[in-house]
Amino acid sequence: MITFDFDYYRPDTIEEAINVYKKITGQEKKAIYYAGGTEIVSMSRVNQLSFDSVIDIKAIPECNVIETKDDKLIIGSAVCLTRICDFGGYPLLGAVCRRIAEHTARDMITLGGNILGKIQYKEAILPLLLTDSKVTVAGTAGKSEKPIDRIFNEKPLLNAGELLVNIIIDKKYINNPYSHSKKTKQEKIDYPLVTIASVKNDDEIRIGFSGLCVYPFRLDIIFGNIDNTNPESEINNILNRVPAPIVNDILGSAEYREFVTRNLLIDLFNYYGGMN
Amino acid sequence: MIEFHDKSIIELYVNGDLKTVAARPADTLLFILRESLGLTGTKNSCGNGDCNSCTVLLDGWPVKSCLMLAVEAVGHEITTIEGLQDVPMQKAFVEKSAIQCGYCTPGMIINSHALTTIYPDASDEIIEEWLESNICRCTGYKEICEAVKSVINM
Amino acid sequence: MESRLAIGKNVIRVDAHDKAAGRTKYNSDVTDPSLLHCKMIVSQYAHANIKSIDTSEAMTAPGVQRVITGEIAQGILTGTFVEDRPPLAIGKVRYHGEPIAVVIANTELEAKRGAELVKIEYEPLPVLNSPSDSMKPNAFLVHENLANYRKMKECTPQPGTNIANNVRIRKGDMIKGWEESEVIVEEYLYLPQADHIALETRSVKAEIKPDGNIIIHSSTQGPYIIRKKLSRHFNIDTGKITVHTPMVGGAFGGKAAVQLEMIAYLASKAVGGREVILINTREEDMISSPCRIGLEASVKLGATKDGKIKAAQITYLVDCGAYSDMGAVMTKSIASDCTGPYNIENVYCDSLCVYTNHPYVTSFRGFGHSEYTAAIERTIDKLAKALNMDKIQLRLKNIAIPGDTTPTCSTLTKSNIGDLKKCLETLKVKLKWEEGEKVDINKDTVKCKGISCFWKTSSTPPNAASGAIITFSPDGFAHLSIGAVELGQGTKTAMAQILAERLKVDIKRVKVSMEINTSDNPEHWKTVASSTTYMVGNAVIEAADDVICQIKDISAIVLRCSPKDLEVSGGKVFLIDNPEKWIDITEVVHGYKYPNGNSIGGQIIGRGSFIMKHLSGMDENTGRGNPGPLWTVGAQGVEVLFNKKEYSYKIINAVSVIDAGTIINPIVASGVTMGGMSMGLSLASREAFIYDNNGIILNPNLRSYKPIRVDEEPEYIIEFIETPEVDGPFGARGLGEHGLVGMPAALINCLSTAAEKDLNRFPLTPELIWKTK
Repeated sequence: MITFDFDYYRPDTIEEAINVYKKITGQEKKAIYYAGGTEIVSMSRVNQLSFDSVIDIKAIPECNVIETKDDKLIIGSAVCLTRICDFGGYPLLGAVCRRIAEHTARDMITLGGNILGKIQYKEAILPLLLTDSKVTVAGTAGKSEKPIDRIFNEKPLLNAGELLVNIIIDKKYINNPYSHSKKTKQEKIDYPLVTIASVKNDDEIRIGFSGLCVYPFRLDIIFGNIDNTNPESEINNILNRVPAPIVNDILGSAEYREFVTRNLLIDLFNYYGGMN
Repeated sequence: MIEFHDKSIIELYVNGDLKTVAARPADTLLFILRESLGLTGTKNSCGNGDCNSCTVLLDGWPVKSCLMLAVEAVGHEITTIEGLQDVPMQKAFVEKSAIQCGYCTPGMIINSHALTTIYPDASDEIIEEWLESNICRCTGYKEICEAVKSVINM
Repeated sequence: MESRLAIGKNVIRVDAHDKAAGRTKYNSDVTDPSLLHCKMIVSQYAHANIKSIDTSEAMTAPGVQRVITGEIAQGILTGTFVEDRPPLAIGKVRYHGEPIAVVIANTELEAKRGAELVKIEYEPLPVLNSPSDSMKPNAFLVHENLANYRKMKECTPQPGTNIANNVRIRKGDMIKGWEESEVIVEEYLYLPQADHIALETRSVKAEIKPDGNIIIHSSTQGPYIIRKKLSRHFNIDTGKITVHTPMVGGAFGGKAAVQLEMIAYLASKAVGGREVILINTREEDMISSPCRIGLEASVKLGATKDGKIKAAQITYLVDCGAYSDMGAVMTKSIASDCTGPYNIENVYCDSLCVYTNHPYVTSFRGFGHSEYTAAIERTIDKLAKALNMDKIQLRLKNIAIPGDTTPTCSTLTKSNIGDLKKCLETLKVKLKWEEGEKVDINKDTVKCKGISCFWKTSSTPPNAASGAIITFSPDGFAHLSIGAVELGQGTKTAMAQILAERLKVDIKRVKVSMEINTSDNPEHWKTVASSTTYMVGNAVIEAADDVICQIKDISAIVLRCSPKDLEVSGGKVFLIDNPEKWIDITEVVHGYKYPNGNSIGGQIIGRGSFIMKHLSGMDENTGRGNPGPLWTVGAQGVEVLFNKKEYSYKIINAVSVIDAGTIINPIVASGVTMGGMSMGLSLASREAFIYDNNGIILNPNLRSYKPIRVDEEPEYIIEFIETPEVDGPFGARGLGEHGLVGMPAALINCLSTAAEKDLNRFPLTPELIWKTK
């Protein structure tokens, strides 16, 4: 049960959403955009979040599209993970999403919510980071297209009132070789100790990590640098480039996470190595 | 734009009936179903979206009513366990001895019923993918899987 | 064997249809606007002085009726063996989650809002985070007043220490035992606290009527115990207390504790007796209400070179948490069966109930047996390795058989113990033991097997009792009134089957009271210890025989014969030597009316009762005594695919072979056993409370505490050996907990073999295996 009160708005258009946000914040009140609600409701019930209004974006058509258009795949921010898995337009994204939470939760968790919420794992962003995806952001000045790393880099970077409308994935990457592996403490249904997603693009392997640090990140390596007879040196190189301390928590110690990551990277090298 | 402020009267379409209830925007759908509509077949267990005891159908898809606001459900069709009248899944759970304490049962049946409605030929992988949302503490899930498969093989 | 009507049949559960329809009402399925709602404020510290509680703001919040704190029950201490626990903390909190205050308000929302306004100032104190820490000579005392607490005579707390109970087993001659031992192995095992996670959280309604009668509605396994405890602690006649219990949404021992009932009673009292409801959130249910014991075990076994175990020296430190309650009782139960199902002539065991700053504990499926069994079986495996002997062979050589004695020197007979030899031999076949314990599958994967034996007796009080009453509807349906609670184990169905069998009627013509009302239903001690079928079943048989006798007496007059000439079957009473001559029981169960209107007989009401016999307490110095009427035994095994590179594993098969005597309902028995096995594997592989250094539980919800889900489940293979128990109803023994008991042991043995490491901690996560040297 959530003890604090708030107002609920379900706008039908982007403009309505932006305007109502502006109106609420103009009254010195806090508004948040609301999509799947799983995180907002579970945090609110234990008073880890507070706000005066939620703006439910699920009725906005642009936030609900999932379609291929020309050379782009467009996914609305309020599209739930189940739909992304079932749509199948981007196999790596589908594979990653299919391992987030569990099926019923995925009926509710949205792409936008997963990548902009408080949750530190944000696994769904990995395939987007790897493909230099773009996003459409709406604000008082209208809509604009930005690279994904302009809305998330270590932390969400949207300005107050800005609404993530959709994600635009360039189809040129979609059929590239890819891999995905998620390791948990013990369960299939759990947050990751480490999730690794990767895409091979020419001589480059782009690797996305979730769970290893308190935020997801991407590292690129040169395929030719991998020596399958001695993968250790390249693995050490990668671990040296990890941008933040390795997480040490109840899911696993930092040492164990490193062990798991090393195994995953060996698997990854073997996988791409086997393609030659 | 739909909007609700403070405690207001909302209309929910539940099990084929239009119901009028007073709800705060902060009230979860689970709370309103149980406390205001007396539909106590939908169970509260973890209150945190982890166990699926509170699963109901929203436009035919399973959702966790403990993580959904009641106002979010306005304009959608809600089905609770009370809305399933002797459907094959209920019979299968009885016949396959898939019920012990019965507390996970409504959520389990609702989810399984949606599964077999959406995927009448669901593979074992899909069955597992759907059922891994629900925690049952009494069984080893075996009879539950058997019940679901028996409906699929009908 | 005579052909049977209902016993041994896969009868559909009598509660199944309502449950499938979502129509079963559990305790908190109420929407009565006149109810007042309670919200607890629980401790944020594992150990702290409460410097102040400021309720002023909460008291004036909208809808709040009262805020109560521990002061309301000043001087009242509760418990089972030792009375050490105030219903609400006073002056000090001793575990994270301990209830401190309760806000009583008109609605759930107002109660929760009020609770957010209660301000508590703490002075944190150091914490004891494990039993071995609590046992250190310089450890502070969790209870300084232990010497002054009321205690039961069978309990031996040690004032000046953190030991709430100290149970000793002294059997045989240890000097001789070690002298005869050619090989000695030792093992230490640590098992953390965990939780029941019944999907229905505990809840209570309480009301004090204007005439002083007390009405409690509780989601409990022990409605009659609640009545006794409320009477004892609040000085109320038991006759004035009525406890109602509807269907219970899982319990696993956790709902045998009496905790919220006392808090709700105090809350109702504080608001003039109005009806209040208190429902645990999941978090409260996990840490504020009692959990499963933790255990630290040290086991030393000595054996001859040919594998005969000669001596066992055992120390069990039970982590009972901050209050002893059922922890002290389980300490005794663990001691009584401390060696596992092996005949060991010389046994020295100290089973200690140790206070820590953890949540307090209560019974958990297996009543301490799954915990200590892991330690014993791990040591047996080690012994097999040291002797270079087959693990099944070693066990077969030492299992307890009729004529042997238990650690408490109870003599085993053909009837009171099942056939473990047969269980083990069947396990060997079902687990395909001959394939080899460890087989390489590929470079990274091995397939491994692990086994365990177990036994368990009921550890009931020596005077535990049950009753049954049978009445009839005018059309001859038999209505059975019993005090056993339906928790999911199928007890109502089993009782219906027993009654149908005895009355020789179709089970559809038997109705069992589903809800319990302690004023109307005859008492059953508690629905725990897998003893309900045995106890209540015997009462039902006696009540059925009483009914049959009464039916025959009246019918004999009508049919002009002797009662002994008659038989009751299929709803008819007929002459044995002339079945053509009969009357329908509907003509006699409500009195027989002659054609002229004269009537005889009146309503037939059957009564039956059962009380344990020949049980006794345990001697303080040696442990001698008789803790239970029978032992259910079994052999269990698991098969695992282990990944040597990642230290991860997949349990592929789990096998149980249990001698539970006659099986009343095979499909339910196998379902309950499977559920127990699943729970045992879940506990062993993933479940534990995780504490930080300050004793704060870091995973008090199902996001971070993860019971097993469908995708992790192995194939289950369950076999029953049916050695009838002479005193059991139709030969049934206890069954319910047993599926769990040997599973953790089998898994830790299996993974130790697979990883070639001496694993000695739970839960068995890949990280733990990786980390173990």
